[in-house]
Amino acid sequence: MSSRETMLGRIRAALADVPPEERPEDVQVPRDYRRSHAGTGADVLDRFAERVADYRATVRLVAEAGLTAALGAALTERGVRQLVVPEGFRAGWLPTGPFTVLADDPQLTVSQLDAADAVLSTAALGIAETGTLVLDAGPGQGRRALTLLPDYHLCVLRADQVVGDLPEALERLDPRRPLTFISGPSATSDIELDRVEGVHGPRTLDVVIVTE
Amino acid sequence: MSEGLVWLGTPAFPQAAKKALADTQLRRNLGKATGTIRDKRLRVCAELDDWEQLRDSAAALKLRTLRHLPRYLEQLEASVTAAGGTVHWAADAAEANRIVAELVKATGEREVVKVKSMATQEIGLNEALAAEGITAHETDLAELIVQLADDRPSHILVPAIHRNRAEIREIFRSRMPDAPADLTDEPRALAEAARLHLREKFLRAKVAVSGANFAVAETGTVLVVESEGNGRMCLTLPDTLITVMGIEKVVPTFADLEVFLQLLPRSATGERMNPYTSAWTGVHAADGPSTFHLVLLDNGRTATLTDQVGRQALGCIRCSACLNVCPVYERVGGHAYGSVYPGPIGAILTPQLAGVGHAASLPFASTLCGACYDACPVKINIPEVLVHLRAKEVDAKRGRRTPTVESLLMRAATEVLASPERLRLAQKAGALGGRLVGRGGRIGPLPGPFHAWSDTRDLPVPPAESFRAWWQRTHPEENDR
Ligand code: SF4
Repeated sequence: MSSRETMLGRIRAALADVPPEERPEDVQVPRDYRRSHAGTGADVLDRFAERVADYRATVRLVAEAGLTAALGAALTERGVRQLVVPEGFRAGWLPTGPFTVLADDPQLTVSQLDAADAVLSTAALGIAETGTLVLDAGPGQGRRALTLLPDYHLCVLRADQVVGDLPEALERLDPRRPLTFISGPSATSDIELDRVEGVHGPRTLDVVIVTE
Repeated sequence: MSEGLVWLGTPAFPQAAKKALADTQLRRNLGKATGTIRDKRLRVCAELDDWEQLRDSAAALKLRTLRHLPRYLEQLEASVTAAGGTVHWAADAAEANRIVAELVKATGEREVVKVKSMATQEIGLNEALAAEGITAHETDLAELIVQLADDRPSHILVPAIHRNRAEIREIFRSRMPDAPADLTDEPRALAEAARLHLREKFLRAKVAVSGANFAVAETGTVLVVESEGNGRMCLTLPDTLITVMGIEKVVPTFADLEVFLQLLPRSATGERMNPYTSAWTGVHAADGPSTFHLVLLDNGRTATLTDQVGRQALGCIRCSACLNVCPVYERVGGHAYGSVYPGPIGAILTPQLAGVGHAASLPFASTLCGACYDACPVKINIPEVLVHLRAKEVDAKRGRRTPTVESLLMRAATEVLASPERLRLAQKAGALGGRLVGRGGRIGPLPGPFHAWSDTRDLPVPPAESFRAWWQRTHPEENDR
């Protein structure tokens, strides 16, 4: 007998007390928790900005007209020289400045990515209550390694991409895409259970929200 | 040095606890760390006014999953396979280790990078791989500290919680060849040293091994919740990813994650959300590993499922909140439990996974204060399972040999409590005896056969007048009742 059959057999024997006619949905799951804790309308955006800032990531709100300038200023301020820009990032948003732009076509090698000092990406959505960005490898986000190896991640999202809370976010996400939930820069709580920012992932995270 | 579920050669809990209690540095380290995390957890949980509803929902979801486990595992297998992954079934630790070792060998590699995982610690995977000539590099900071120091983990989430920053600096300086000479004990500097040490290993790794926090039956999506980015490195850079998960980690639907992802980070590190959560479904073209293996692990879980009271321990999402609030854990630390699963959850999980006779003292390693039950995000009634396992252990003992002192005492207590007259007499005797034995208002160790029982229990001296005597004196009119 294969281990598969052995294990399934053991599980069925262990569950002899479960009536054979019981269906999963017969086990009631109460769903009376909130869909969101973040309020509505403008509150959601405020909550997002406040919560992202709690992780010591910076948040800037800008109108689309000022976006390119704001991105350029952020990159210059951080002293970026080699900037990775994933495929599908809007050409009109791309700033110019004292840095080289690296496209992932053909695919950048791991060492090229490691040598780059920043990545400029979009995101699939933002979650206000937890201050989280979710990336799903969509346009302007690229494959997962692009937003992992460079030490500085500058992320742009539109205000209408920010949802209140996790339940609303999961509703909108497609689990068949690779998903990365990012809440602040890389951090550890392993030393005396105190949070310290900056381990293996990007040590600096800036978020720019396009308001109109 | 962690070699599986139960560490052979370690003393039983009472002896180990005694030794740990004498270690003042350990108690200071633990007190500071658990105190920090308790405060943070309470603060973020209080932000959600529907915390109790979320717990109820999580408990019900776990119940639904466990009661219909065969169906969900078959569904998971089908959806992972459809998404391009391969599913393996491992009935015990040896089989799981063999599967992983063979998969690694088939790649021609001799090195793997690892994301911290309880399941692979439980099966002693690193040691098994080493025996096959394969080196496993732990990449989680705390796990790295434990591995470098040739130490054992002492906490589910923060395996090096028993070490303070000064000790960690010493471990890095003596065991990490590339540690900077001027390394300070600043957590930021220590994290930076780990970053440099592991960077090149991440960049060249071809094979990674991970655990899983959740796996969705409906979609085949597997999730790893982490903080440092070492998880993302392992899950995205190598060509081959091997994930080992206990069969109880399956959840029915993607939407069900909305409950667990609200509960887990807040209960674990006291954060609204951990820095990184990665979710992948099979393999993704031109993004991340091109080969994905999922190993479904039994290793005592089906035996645990047989026990209708004990099976709730399988609902555990390994947040470690129960450890951080436990007065026993806070004082003795994780090593005294002699298992990769310490603390309240370990006290009910380890003996069940390991089977009767193993880790028999663990269900007694608790004061039954109930703090763990209150803290548990999936509402596992740990005190209930503890009492249940104690009863099973006492029954097993009764079948084994002559009665123990404890069972004799309990039998005597039953006799006394069975008759009001005998209770009155016993209380009178107790009041007298208590005053003879009492020191500073407590009864210390008793002589003779009572030693083992009284040694670990400080009893308050019985009052000079018992409640019954006081009642009779002050309520003479009701004496006939
Ligand atoms: S038993 Fe509950 S509190 Fe303890 S680790 Fe598991 S989920 Fe967390």
